[in-house]
Amino acid sequence: MSDSAVEPEDVRHVASLARVDLDDEEVDRFVEQFADILDYFETLDEVPEVDSETDLANVMRDDEVRDSLDQDEALRNAPESEEGFFKGPKVS
Amino acid sequence: MTAQAAETGDLVAVIGLEVHVQLETATKIFCGCSTDVGDDEPNTHTCPVCLGLPGALPVPNEGAVEAAVKVGKAIDAEIPEETTFHRKNYYYPDLPKNFQITQYDAPICQDGELEFNVDGTRRSVDIRRAHLEEDPGSIKHVREGTEGLESRTVSIERADYTLIDYNRAGTPLMEIVTEPDFREPGEVRKFLEKLEEVLEYLGVFDPGRDGSLRIDANLSMVPAEDVDDDGAIPESVLEDANRTEVKNISSHKGAEKALAFEKSRQKKLVESGRAVEQETRHFNETHGNTVSMRSKEAEKDYRYFREADLPPLQVADWKERIAIPELPDARRERFEAEYGLSDEAASKLTSTKQVADFFEDVAEEFDPDLAATWVADNLLGELNYRDMQITDIDDRFDEVMRLVELVAEDEITAKNARETVLRAMLDEGKTPDAVVEEADLGKTSGDEVAAAVTEAVDENPGAVEDYHDGDDNAINFLVGQVMQKTGGSADPGDVNQLLREELEG
Repeated sequence: MSDSAVEPEDVRHVASLARVDLDDEEVDRFVEQFADILDYFETLDEVPEVDSETDLANVMRDDEVRDSLDQDEALRNAPESEEGFFKGPKVS
Repeated sequence: MTAQAAETGDLVAVIGLEVHVQLETATKIFCGCSTDVGDDEPNTHTCPVCLGLPGALPVPNEGAVEAAVKVGKAIDAEIPEETTFHRKNYYYPDLPKNFQITQYDAPICQDGELEFNVDGTRRSVDIRRAHLEEDPGSIKHVREGTEGLESRTVSIERADYTLIDYNRAGTPLMEIVTEPDFREPGEVRKFLEKLEEVLEYLGVFDPGRDGSLRIDANLSMVPAEDVDDDGAIPESVLEDANRTEVKNISSHKGAEKALAFEKSRQKKLVESGRAVEQETRHFNETHGNTVSMRSKEAEKDYRYFREADLPPLQVADWKERIAIPELPDARRERFEAEYGLSDEAASKLTSTKQVADFFEDVAEEFDPDLAATWVADNLLGELNYRDMQITDIDDRFDEVMRLVELVAEDEITAKNARETVLRAMLDEGKTPDAVVEEADLGKTSGDEVAAAVTEAVDENPGAVEDYHDGDDNAINFLVGQVMQKTGGSADPGDVNQLLREELEG
């Protein structure tokens, strides 16, 4: 059992933001898992101070065109495509 | 505030804007894909970065950062010592990573302002912030069916699925957020016109690009008596008023229309004792109205957090390093002083940088008054009549210059130059010299035509009488006579005009 308090409502809210539909049983399961995940973060508090890396700033590139992928390559990982477009669900 | 407007029960509109402009760079904001997409096939300008493939590393485009600094300079904003990027998380098919890289608590431009004119009065609107972000892709809402894609592309409500093109994804955007300083929809339009003019002068914006300007506007109505004497509205009053955010506005005219609709809708609600719902509304350009959208996420739902793949930018000193061109206001004033132009002519000539540059090129060669007439009245007038822009002929400036030269050197009449030569240049793509030769517009020939007109009138008193009696065929007869005398070399339209002048004069 975890120390972090996660309510079923929190899980439902996060699921709706991610457009994921969960049934009640899944919500219960994720309540447990979310709490565990939050607990893991507390472990980070125990990590000793270390020197941070040199602070980077102003990492930029010149405004020069580089080759893009071909349409076929771009669509290769798409579950569905149509006439060169990625195919996605209906949205509101 | 006048006594009348402050009467109890009167309402005042409070309007603020978020203006998204695409910055004109060669490549996208975080990858080297070309932004010159035009009508290219979908998904032919993408790479692992702008497709959001796992492990891809965004690297900011120095050109986009420079453009943002230029905008900051032009609106007199502060460029902070350090500016950072954040992830804005939301799920929508146009966003391949499920987050948008944007800026949150340390935007690249803060506390600027922009001055503009409304009906001859100078107005200034404060700009709270302007930040860099990436444009999402573009979505088509499509219905199932066997017909072509074009005819199955429908409104969002009627669609069965979406088709996504990520060519636009990653185009650099600047979101410019104003304080709620506007009181009238008309002011918004003037502000947007000025903003576009300034961005164009800076060379960071191409208004001709589809979707280059998108506006979200928020509006609320507050009691007129709550407005301070200096026009300011106390925070507490603004917080009490429910406001709506209107999305999907894509033009100056659209902004004015959407806000005028929203203003009267809210006014009616308040006056009839009903509450204004705090909500997001969608502007329907075709119907000129706004409709409620299903409520979007609240700010905290976007779960903003630092984009760890992008180190901060420290570009405050670029403000000194990067030069910007003379801006429209300064240039208009200089034109008035240097060339002795009227306010109206100077305004027309500084409306875009290209027009202003071309005018100065012409004024350098010829008399500035002639240059002003030719560029402001003749060229812009004829272009406007044809719904054309200066950009449609910017590769033919040398031809227009030659035409002005022909007039300046008295080779052709000003009237022929505009009505025959310039029009043929625009309508038929001919060069000025070709038109002059074809239409035989040399001044001598003009004299011959004039002589033939006089002759024809003298020799045909009957036709002249018929003309004065209102017989329109008489003029055609006389035109025929003149054409015969000049061996068909005269322009019948010109002859017609000359005859009427002769007969009426």
